[in-house]
Amino acid sequence: MQHQGKRPIGWMGIHRGHRAHPFEWLAEKGIFLVSLSAILMVLLIFVFVAREALPIVFGQMNSALVQPVIPPDEVDKHPPEKIREYLGLTKPQFAAMDKDTIRTLMEVHVEAQNEIPPHFRTDPDARANTTEWRYLVRPHQWTGYDQPSYIWQPVGQIHKYNIMPLIVGTLKTTCIGLLFAVPLAIGAAIYISQLARPRVREIIKPTIELLSGIPSVVVGFFALLVMATLLQQIFGYQTRLNAFVAGIALSFAVIPIVFSIAEDALTSVPRNYTQAALALGASRWQTAWQIVLPAALPGAFAAVVLGFGRAIGETMIILMVTSASEMSWSLFSGARSITATIAAEMGEVVRGGHHYRMLFLLGALLFAATFTTNMVAEVIMLRFKRRLEGKR
Amino acid sequence: MNSPAITSRSFRATKFDFGSFFFTGLTGLATLCILGILAIILFNILASGLPAISWRFISTIPKKDFFEPATTGVLPMILGTSIRVIVMTIFVIPIGVITAIYLTEYAPNLSPVTRVIRAAVNNLAGVPSIVFGLFGVGFFINFIGQGMDKALGHESVVWGQPALLWASLTLAIMTLPVVIVATEESLKAIPMGLREGSLALGATKLQTILRVVLPQALPGIMTGGILAISRAAGEVAPILLTGVAYYMADLPTKLSNQFMDLGYHVFVLSTQSPDIEKTRPITFATVLVLLVLTFALNFVAIIIRARVRKKLRALG
Repeated sequence: MQHQGKRPIGWMGIHRGHRAHPFEWLAEKGIFLVSLSAILMVLLIFVFVAREALPIVFGQMNSALVQPVIPPDEVDKHPPEKIREYLGLTKPQFAAMDKDTIRTLMEVHVEAQNEIPPHFRTDPDARANTTEWRYLVRPHQWTGYDQPSYIWQPVGQIHKYNIMPLIVGTLKTTCIGLLFAVPLAIGAAIYISQLARPRVREIIKPTIELLSGIPSVVVGFFALLVMATLLQQIFGYQTRLNAFVAGIALSFAVIPIVFSIAEDALTSVPRNYTQAALALGASRWQTAWQIVLPAALPGAFAAVVLGFGRAIGETMIILMVTSASEMSWSLFSGARSITATIAAEMGEVVRGGHHYRMLFLLGALLFAATFTTNMVAEVIMLRFKRRLEGKR
Repeated sequence: MNSPAITSRSFRATKFDFGSFFFTGLTGLATLCILGILAIILFNILASGLPAISWRFISTIPKKDFFEPATTGVLPMILGTSIRVIVMTIFVIPIGVITAIYLTEYAPNLSPVTRVIRAAVNNLAGVPSIVFGLFGVGFFINFIGQGMDKALGHESVVWGQPALLWASLTLAIMTLPVVIVATEESLKAIPMGLREGSLALGATKLQTILRVVLPQALPGIMTGGILAISRAAGEVAPILLTGVAYYMADLPTKLSNQFMDLGYHVFVLSTQSPDIEKTRPITFATVLVLLVLTFALNFVAIIIRARVRKKLRALG
């Protein structure tokens, strides 16, 4: 009941001329506090995903294969803080260890360094800390490659953490997905909300909403086992599992969300707009195209933005359908998305290691991207609703 | 008045309304395309999955090699998915319903706090599922789980690892917006007069909400719960990091156990099978079981929601 002004219950439910309701007052405060949980969750997600990624952002991780060694005998010559960093321990871990344990750990370190195959000793890449920003975003001339290239190859002696192939892979599949999904979804939304008979609408709308009930793992499975071969036969490209197949499968996941939001926006255009246009002799189509669609355009745009957010966050479809480690803009080659990388590699990483933190960094990037798209869509929708209500 | 008959008569009367004919056809075609996609997916799965389904398949606990079509089964996966979804419901329904009550009954419409809550709910709905998984690892497993192990003085790791409870909690956060939105919709559908009548008879606001508003909103709350369950039942990405197991010989008995899951099993069968042609029938059958589970729930939710919407339209 939002229309009443001040609530009639005073502090602790004690209000002049009324019976006191302290329990009720407490319950209402409790309701308010619980309702803040959504805000709390968004904050917690941000804090705890970013927390695990921070050491990379601040350049505290070192993923170089060949590292300078401190001989165990020299343990007293260095400040303890340096030893702690050298061993990669957290402060409480380090504090709990006695001298002998630290010595043993340092010996293990020296041995591990001695076991590195000799040809890496002369390789400049083996000394590079690949978690530095320039290795993450700029192409690098890796030993054994013809030219500077973008490569994500975290497993192996030299960890190649270039995030560009993942970003390009994500954008590639997303764009293909949107290219298919948006015309279909918006077209269907126009038809259902403006042109279809009410009885047809009542049947078709829930049916399309049923599409959103198909779990993405099922869409991925369908693309992998049925669609991939079929599409290859039709288009005759080389790689069977490529970004194109993933993009089309992705569009199945995007269509329901774009459709239902666009349909909502089109339906919320006031009926007197339509009635005025029809009364002036416009056909149903002209009304839809020239009156309703322009009025609902911000809503349709917000639907596309949300569809984009959904597409870049979709995991299982891309994980199942396609993969690649090198960057390529070609639509018919493989693609590796941010989401699929996290899902595929998280199970095998050492907790707290640089690979683990890289994956959290990717997650934080993804969260930032979807947060932005959500906010943009939210603002557009808010303005759109206000304009329809006549408040500028 | 919006039947195509009138449109066609009107362009016979004028010259020939090509635009109307063409674009109505085009948008109709787009609609048909979407329906076609849905039909093809469902038909394919039904046609290939149905022959492989048997009571034995549904009620068998598979041995280590679950790629063998003759002896495999999906009972532990069905149970695992059901349990994680039920645990999730226990957490998400109260929080979601209370938030919706605050938003519809108490929140001042234009206050900044209300706006921030709404923005947060919308935002939560758009967070990618894999990010929820990472959050589950960073918050529930590493922060709370390890903290609990330390506080309870466990020698070995009990809570600081992927577990049923953490997967369910992660899913609960993910489905929170679904419950909030559905509950809000049903609360808004209840006529103001009912509340005013109750208040006029001397009931307090909380009494009105508990005894008059909530019983009326029950179908809507159920819809929210069902939608959340059907969304969570098919979701694989978050539990991939927070609790699912590739294979377990025993059924999960404790909240700290890992579990097997239908959706994850579909993923395993279709990507890691040694002989994809041989396992094809059981993959389709597993997908069919998963779809029946989510669709049956979805279907019920859609019917209830259609009724609520009709009520809403009739009132306003």
